Amino acid sequence: MVTFGDEISETIHANVQHLDRALAAAPFAGLIEAIPAYASLLVDFDPVVTDHATVTGHLRSLCDAPGTAGATPVLHEVRVCYDTARDLAEVARRTGLSEDAVIAAHLAGDYRVFMYGFAPGYAYLGGVPAPLHLDRKPTPVRGVPAGSVIIAGSQCLVTTLTMPTGWWVIGHSPTRILTGNSTRPFLFDVGDKVAFRRISLAEFDNG
Amino acid sequence: MAEARFVVRHAGAQVSVQDGGRKRQMRFGVPWSGPMDRKALVMANLAIGNARDAAGIEVSVGGLVLDCVAGEMGFGVAGGGFAVDLAGQAMGSWAVATIRAGQSLTLRAGPWGSWTYLSFAGVMLAETWLGSAATHALSGFGGGLLTAGQKITIADARITPPRRLTCPVWARARHQCHVVLGPQDQYFDTTPLLTDPFHLTDAYDRMGVRLRGPLLPHDALHIPSEPILRGSVQVSGDGVATVLLADHQTTGGYPKIATMLSDDVDGFVQLRPRDPVRFSAISAEQAVQMARFRARVFAQYLAAMAG
Repeated sequence: MVTFGDEISETIHANVQHLDRALAAAPFAGLIEAIPAYASLLVDFDPVVTDHATVTGHLRSLCDAPGTAGATPVLHEVRVCYDTARDLAEVARRTGLSEDAVIAAHLAGDYRVFMYGFAPGYAYLGGVPAPLHLDRKPTPVRGVPAGSVIIAGSQCLVTTLTMPTGWWVIGHSPTRILTGNSTRPFLFDVGDKVAFRRISLAEFDNG
Repeated sequence: MAEARFVVRHAGAQVSVQDGGRKRQMRFGVPWSGPMDRKALVMANLAIGNARDAAGIEVSVGGLVLDCVAGEMGFGVAGGGFAVDLAGQAMGSWAVATIRAGQSLTLRAGPWGSWTYLSFAGVMLAETWLGSAATHALSGFGGGLLTAGQKITIADARITPPRRLTCPVWARARHQCHVVLGPQDQYFDTTPLLTDPFHLTDAYDRMGVRLRGPLLPHDALHIPSEPILRGSVQVSGDGVATVLLADHQTTGGYPKIATMLSDDVDGFVQLRPRDPVRFSAISAEQAVQMARFRARVFAQYLAAMAG
């Protein structure tokens, strides 16, 4: 595990991405996979082929190497319908905004994929505007359906499974993060940008 | 081509289709899944001449009863110490045998072990996701959980010579597990982890198992979510340890006091709720040496079995 800091920030995440890209371009013998997160990169290796000292040396030399220009992040549009969201009124009450102002603030956010985590296709987006930052609910709500647009703190996520969550449900999206396309099964890469576009209930119902 | 068909008469909770796992997709939130006891499925497969990662059935202590309704076919059973009956006759819990139309196969919890593996001499037809039939229990992706009434088809069914398999000592339930401390051991007093016995609890599924034992208090509640592995020993805010297993969440914000030696995890999962387990710490270098030694022992066993 390579840790670059202990908080969620663009700068720390840029270091994670730099090492992740450098490792993909120059893998070592015995590399199994690398998993990027907010502030760390987990590098899994086969101990039959290599060892900690060799891997640490390889990663250190990649960290020290000058940063290659990252791939230009792709911008994805994610459609969201706010009309039936269970928590929109409560989010408005807690933030002191009107429901329309909550929606406008959410749409105005500058979102980036920091990592996938938890379960298949759960892409953690940073960039929720400060007025919408709320702590999680004290108790998770069960049975929140796949496709829910949920927020907590500076993070936003579009769920892919029906699961309990303590985050606030502010919308529902027909955009599939698990695409069902075998050559590109996940919509985003880590580092990609995301813009939400509001749709009507009628458009949501049409998929 | 010969085909064998089965109907599931009974399937307990957590009986699922598993293959070698959905590998190298953790960056997309996808754990490897695959068998809880990875070596046992490999042994069941190689014993009947299958590829080591071929799809078979992972049977929990809830048990499984299959009725063969067409064809005849060899099969292998390995992992744990289950009670296995073929056509009403007890057979060894680690064995290769042949089943024919009209016969039933029953696997149920025996003297020890939480999981056993049934491999079919042929190709088990199962749903795949991302190229793997491994069932991710949380989502149901992959071949899926088995349910009563379900039909199972094996294509290219073959007969294989019946024989007993030996359950090696290292495949038994493991009450002493090696851990490498970290990555967040600095937040803990690690002494209780390494001196006192822990017990598995009923909160045990394919995602992980909660342990009962001394509390491991910490105040590390604001770690940005980071990747976790099968075998991570994660400690929640109330100081309770959980060992993460095949279908684990891929990231988490709770601190990890230690990581279990990967090879020990296969034996650890064969423990049952209320069984005791102790942890001993080894260095990362010792873990590498131990992993290499264990890999050689496993390869020798497989070579002897095939030979």
